[in-house]
Amino acid sequence: MSALRRHRRLTAIWASEPGWKGWFSTVNHTDVGRMFLATSFFFFLVGGILAMLIRAQLATPHSAFAGPEVYNQLFTMHGTIMMFLFAIPTFEGLAIYLLPKMLGTRDLAYPRLTAYGYWCYFFGGGMLLFSLLAGIAPDGGWFMYPPLTGPIYSPGINTDFWLIGITFVEISAICAAVEFCVSILRYRAPGMSLDKMPIFAWYALVTSLMILTGFPPLILGSVLLEVERAFGLPFFQAELGGDSLLWQHLFWLFGHPEVYIIFLPAAGVISTVIPVMCRTTLLGYGWVVAAAVALAFLSFGLWVHHMFTTGIPHMGLAFFSAASTLVAVPTGVQVFAWIGTMWKGRPELHLPMLHILGFFVTFVMGGLTGVMVAIVPFDWQAHDTAFVTAHLHYVLFGGFVFPILAAIYYWLPLFTGRTRFFKLGELAFGLIFVGFHGTFLAMHWVGLLGQRRRIETYDAEAGWTTINLVSSVSSFVLAIGLAMVLLDVLLHFVVAVRGRRNPWHAGSLEWAMPAPPPAYNFASLPVVETRDPVSSDPHLAVRLARGEGWLADPALDRRETLTVEPSSGTPEYMVIYPGNTRLPIVFAAITGLFFLSLLIKVYWLTPIALAGIATVGWRWVWSLAQPVDLGPQEAGRGERLPVSGETDRAPGWWGSAFLLAADATFFGSLLFGYAFLWTVAPGWPPPELLEPSLLELGVGLAGALVASIGMRIAIRGNRSRGTGVAGLAVALTGTAAAALAVASLMIRVPAPAGHAYDATLFVLGGYALFHAALAGLMQTFLIVRVRRGFTSPARRAEFPIVCLWADYLALVTILVLVVAHLPGWLA
Amino acid sequence: MFAGATLILAFVLVLLALAFRPRSVPPDERGQTRFWIIGLGLGFSMTILAALLAYGLTVGERLLPRDSAETVAVRAVAERWSWSFGYEELPGHVTENVLHIPAGRPVDVAITSVDVVHSFWVPRLAGKLDAIPGHVNVLRIEADAPGTYDGLTAEFNGEGYEEHEFLVIAHDEADWQAFLRGEAP
Repeated sequence: MSALRRHRRLTAIWASEPGWKGWFSTVNHTDVGRMFLATSFFFFLVGGILAMLIRAQLATPHSAFAGPEVYNQLFTMHGTIMMFLFAIPTFEGLAIYLLPKMLGTRDLAYPRLTAYGYWCYFFGGGMLLFSLLAGIAPDGGWFMYPPLTGPIYSPGINTDFWLIGITFVEISAICAAVEFCVSILRYRAPGMSLDKMPIFAWYALVTSLMILTGFPPLILGSVLLEVERAFGLPFFQAELGGDSLLWQHLFWLFGHPEVYIIFLPAAGVISTVIPVMCRTTLLGYGWVVAAAVALAFLSFGLWVHHMFTTGIPHMGLAFFSAASTLVAVPTGVQVFAWIGTMWKGRPELHLPMLHILGFFVTFVMGGLTGVMVAIVPFDWQAHDTAFVTAHLHYVLFGGFVFPILAAIYYWLPLFTGRTRFFKLGELAFGLIFVGFHGTFLAMHWVGLLGQRRRIETYDAEAGWTTINLVSSVSSFVLAIGLAMVLLDVLLHFVVAVRGRRNPWHAGSLEWAMPAPPPAYNFASLPVVETRDPVSSDPHLAVRLARGEGWLADPALDRRETLTVEPSSGTPEYMVIYPGNTRLPIVFAAITGLFFLSLLIKVYWLTPIALAGIATVGWRWVWSLAQPVDLGPQEAGRGERLPVSGETDRAPGWWGSAFLLAADATFFGSLLFGYAFLWTVAPGWPPPELLEPSLLELGVGLAGALVASIGMRIAIRGNRSRGTGVAGLAVALTGTAAAALAVASLMIRVPAPAGHAYDATLFVLGGYALFHAALAGLMQTFLIVRVRRGFTSPARRAEFPIVCLWADYLALVTILVLVVAHLPGWLA
Repeated sequence: MFAGATLILAFVLVLLALAFRPRSVPPDERGQTRFWIIGLGLGFSMTILAALLAYGLTVGERLLPRDSAETVAVRAVAERWSWSFGYEELPGHVTENVLHIPAGRPVDVAITSVDVVHSFWVPRLAGKLDAIPGHVNVLRIEADAPGTYDGLTAEFNGEGYEEHEFLVIAHDEADWQAFLRGEAP
């Protein structure tokens, strides 16, 4: 088969539907990555316009431009949009687009989930955008401290838009993170062991693990606050045993890792771009990976440094102050590794490199002011002033926007297959650099003079007028620079001339394909022997197009790729992807309906939406049915591999494992909240404890164990006789018993709206009940599968997945029942 | 701290600039790793940070409230958008938006809130400390000389945030005794 015929055949298999209709049914990572990036830059534009309005307001004292009710929406939405609708989705979009190409495979692990994540982002972002246009946007500051955002002091719908919209958008972050973890660990080119992985993939892996452990505390906080607002269960009201400090802990447990979740992908870009721009390889690859991992760990140990002024005991302050300065060490290792790389090679000042230099100057300054505010006595003065605002913009703009601009200009030739024609980008860089430093250097100064953040105006006597005016004028220079980048990129699509492949002479695999990339990425999958496969084999692209790699034969008209053993990179099994489908957008729309019903308080719609979610979810999984045993399949190069449905650890198992890690963090945060309220909140112990019930406890614990054991009987039964129905029936009975016990707990809670203790028990019970329903649904699904003949001793992959969820249910049920009953017994 | 930060920034910028000079580099990867990563990345960063942390902790220690017979106890209660202050030595007396203290004596301010989170901040007397409903935080302040000091709320608390201010008046001994007798000073 010639290269051209293979290309046509593969394109027919992998392409999305032609025209704009294709957007709604595409599941291809290249398409979805582009959609993500386009949407996130749209939100960058919106957030930028809000920033302009803020600066216009602050340019002069006693400005009549916006009153506090508008101004409070402006700064709240500026922060919210930039964090949740620009920074995180930009990472997701970039990684969705690049990872499979860099890892030498054809798509991410779960193509439909990629699309579902995008549509959740799209609809959730749309909700927030609507609130902004309608003038009912959130106005409590982007970290939403209750009681200000609670039902008493913010009765309007504004706060609900934040809590519900952001939670909706976070589904996409969790989906993407699960998908990246599985893709990076398993979906790589044969031979690509962990130590040969592109450095960007390492950073994406660490970032994804951080999302899985960093986002759940915020999702929990949002759920609790929304439940308090909508149903009156008190978690943050001091009079009813709640504590507003609980929100601050949950928020910053997310909020600090969030900073590194934003910085690490950018560091991945820098580690990728610098060596190429300097014609060398990265200095200290292993050290840089270790530094990224260390940063991830440390970042979870210093959330309290956002709470230095909340009256934390002095020893606690000393500990978190030390942790906050310690986090600068791995950052220092990376910065010096990058400078060392530049010394090792011969740096060339292309446009991406200019932005990297912009990063160095800005980020180092941001890091140094960061070390200053990590010192407690300094922070007591600088906290909540414009100094902190300036510091965080140095870190985020320096540590994220400059690297992302470098990334845009670095990968643009791959994106479009063209080369830039006008030299607008260089001028734009100059404006951005000057404008940025003008804006925020001034802001440091005015902060030290005592200007608080979030004030809508100030007196002329304060003496801040000139500094603020300089800051505002500079910010407009910055905005013009960014607008020129936008113009440059748009012009690039319209007028630029075709460029040659791999213009930077880079060594990673994304350059071993035609540009713009075809829907299938690689006509055949490469065999990787070095860290820079394209450098060691300049003709790799041609050889792959000729079909000299794995999976070169598209004869069966299936979307195929293969997975590898995580550490060594030996091929393990083949994956057959589902094709184009509208299921993701439909699923996201129904998920949106669920959130909308809560937002506008039309509660009769909620169960309908939940039933819709269950139905579409059922169809989603059902459509992967494999009616007959396929046996090992031809994988090219004379090798045969089993298909994923005929293995013990299918992609679904890996995805479930990572999703459960996030789920367990959510549950852990809930238990932390329970313990925190019990020990710290005023108004504890509660007036009335739950009456312990031996029957409830016994039924629940027995049910949990039976559900878990039943799944093991089912796995064994399927392996030996090809039927697991008996075991599944046992497991389902156990699940039902566990559900009964936790439902009884929820009913017996004395007064859910009366005290935080009761409210917390109610939510704990609800959490367990939800997981029982989920496990029950999965077990029922599997029983139907077995009955219809879709499983066999070979087609066994679904049993271990359901077993994993049943085990988690057992763990949750036992813990919930024990922590609910224990205080009553001890009393 | 500012001078140190400027020096470090200048150091990094010089290193960056020097990377662009034309030269031939010996390909000694191990030596480079030792110099850049172990020497500068780990050694340099850790030394600077350890020194800074030690400084921060000692200064913080000195700022800690010490028990003293001279200490005056007052109470600050925040609500949107005012402050009311009570005095241990003058029970029942409450002043709105003005806090009276004696100059030259340590004052413990017990801070709390009746509605949302606020923050008590008199920039010239001390750092800030939050007023959190259901909790009482104690801040030690001390005015060296009699006079008026501006106080601010430093945690966003809704529409009246910008105007949410108060005054601290530090009295000399005679005026303070007059204040304690309930005479308007």
